Amino acid sequence: MSILEIRNVLVERGKREILSEVSVQVRTGELLVVLGPNGSGKSTLLRVLGGLWQPSSGSVTLDGRALPAFSRREIARRIGFVPQDTHVDFAFTVSELLAMGRYPHRGRFSSETPADRAAIHAAAEQCDIVPLLDRSVDTLSGGERQRVLIARSLAVQPEFILLDEPTANLDIEHSLEVLELADALAAKGAAVVLASHDLNLIANHATGIVLLQSGKVIANGSPEEVLTPVRLEQVFRVRTELSEATDGARSFSFQRLPQSGLPSVRGKSVAGPAGSRS
Amino acid sequence: MSETVALPTVRENANRSRFSLTIFYLVLLPLVVVILLAGVGIGSTSITWPTIVRVIELKLLPSLWTASLSVSRADNVIVWLIRVPRVVVAFFVGAGLAAAGVVMQGLFRNPLAEPGIVGAGAGAVLGGVVSFVAGWSARSVITLPALAMLGALLSLVIVYAMATRGGVTPVATLLLSGVAVSALLGAGSSLLLSLNIVNWQIAQDIVFWMMGGLDARTWTHVWLCAPFVLVGVLAAVIQTRDLDLLQLGEETAASFGVNVESSKRMLVLTAAILTGAAVAVAGMVGFVGLLVPHAVRLVIGPANRALLLASAVTGGAFLVLCDICARTLHPPTEIRLGIVTALLGGPLFIFLLLRQYRGADGQHEHP
Repeated sequence: MSILEIRNVLVERGKREILSEVSVQVRTGELLVVLGPNGSGKSTLLRVLGGLWQPSSGSVTLDGRALPAFSRREIARRIGFVPQDTHVDFAFTVSELLAMGRYPHRGRFSSETPADRAAIHAAAEQCDIVPLLDRSVDTLSGGERQRVLIARSLAVQPEFILLDEPTANLDIEHSLEVLELADALAAKGAAVVLASHDLNLIANHATGIVLLQSGKVIANGSPEEVLTPVRLEQVFRVRTELSEATDGARSFSFQRLPQSGLPSVRGKSVAGPAGSRS
Repeated sequence: MSETVALPTVRENANRSRFSLTIFYLVLLPLVVVILLAGVGIGSTSITWPTIVRVIELKLLPSLWTASLSVSRADNVIVWLIRVPRVVVAFFVGAGLAAAGVVMQGLFRNPLAEPGIVGAGAGAVLGGVVSFVAGWSARSVITLPALAMLGALLSLVIVYAMATRGGVTPVATLLLSGVAVSALLGAGSSLLLSLNIVNWQIAQDIVFWMMGGLDARTWTHVWLCAPFVLVGVLAAVIQTRDLDLLQLGEETAASFGVNVESSKRMLVLTAAILTGAAVAVAGMVGFVGLLVPHAVRLVIGPANRALLLASAVTGGAFLVLCDICARTLHPPTEIRLGIVTALLGGPLFIFLLLRQYRGADGQHEHP
């Protein structure tokens, strides 16, 4: 089992603290959700975990060894990162993009091995994009592109996979597909860290939740421990009602607090996408 | 997956327009041969094809085979000492500029970036101007290219140092400092020109240099340019995987194992060497490095290893073609090469630009 851990991490940009005193641990086999409103530091936390941003203070360790002591390629082989922004400037084909997922494993001149091809094909099947392989990426929809980028990181076959709001561009069906894929990866022994602000989507999938607010960890534990109405009201500033279906699946409905921000339409309840498929 | 089926047919067609590399080279290579031969065959003195072939045979084949051949001394000089080196230099200049363009467009993630974007072009031009003004270019054929190369590398160092803070060089800052330094160096070249305008010989040399040209290029120029272009293209080929990933953004590149900052330094240096080598023997020649990679990418796609080699060959052939035009469009005067590339390249570039804007509009249909 591998452990990726950050301890007492502080990240500053200019004078602003984006993360402060954040400690998070993720082990292979877990699906850890980083939950928080916009601007709470979810993306930054993922970048620190992936070694893409250096914290101003605090430590990031992989199996007890400091992350900066690993080479970029070693990190790339073990930790995959899927950014939130799926825009691709150049018209690569889907196959070409997936092939890039094998670069951390290949020498500069070595050609594709059967193992490379197998990894690429498995990743494409897992993400349901085999029919898209010959398509140019600029002809894909946002959801298709998202799945292609997830597949590219899976082609690396990393132990840890960091997904930055992977469902932001997806419809409900594909969102649930991504969550199920994350479940499956964790079940197979990978560690998945997924940033999201969609409570309903993640409530029934996460093995652990880190709740962030303004760069600080508010709560860290199992979904049952973290997702309490009081805490959600404090962090998301909405009144939350939790309902449990007969099969144990939980879903939330929300109502704006009267005093918050813009004038609210009183009594109008906004239910999130149903998360009852589990 | 219903989306796959529901896509408009136009998009499908756009995808199919990407040719396989084999077809691309099957079309390109015969064309390159024809252009190279035309470059040797066409000129102010008419020389028959059998004579040209005989001269080339005499030079390239073992002497046993060619003992029975004979050509006049004049024909020999015109073909082997004037036309062939000129075509070879043109080819390497075009190849170098196009390869540098591929690197820069990938690095800046912008299909409209050009080789001189980090100041190497303007630096090389200024280096050349200095050697004219100082009178060094008259003394040895090597000083002009050497100073141009030096100018290219110096300006690169200045631009890179300006754009770097704490070991990090954001490409946006690099681009801006490149533009600023290029403008300054360009002003320097113009200043030296205007200060020396009374000295007509120097002024003419400078003006011709700033317009680019390949008149009176010899085998010496081939040896001054070709090794740098070959080394540069090879260095670029070694870095194409990093370039592929950088083309998708620095964060993505880092997450797939690229050492972003050192990789950027090496790529920019490679492009500067290629640009410097090209400008050193041809003066300022625009549009080739911008247009050729862009056009080739539209045909064979953005994967950099294939794109780099295909662009180098295409760029070489394109510049030989431009040089033929420069020699023959308005005899007996030669039109400067930079003018021809701009006249041919400008409209083509506008066409591609408009096409790209239309493409960008089209994307809104598919969020």
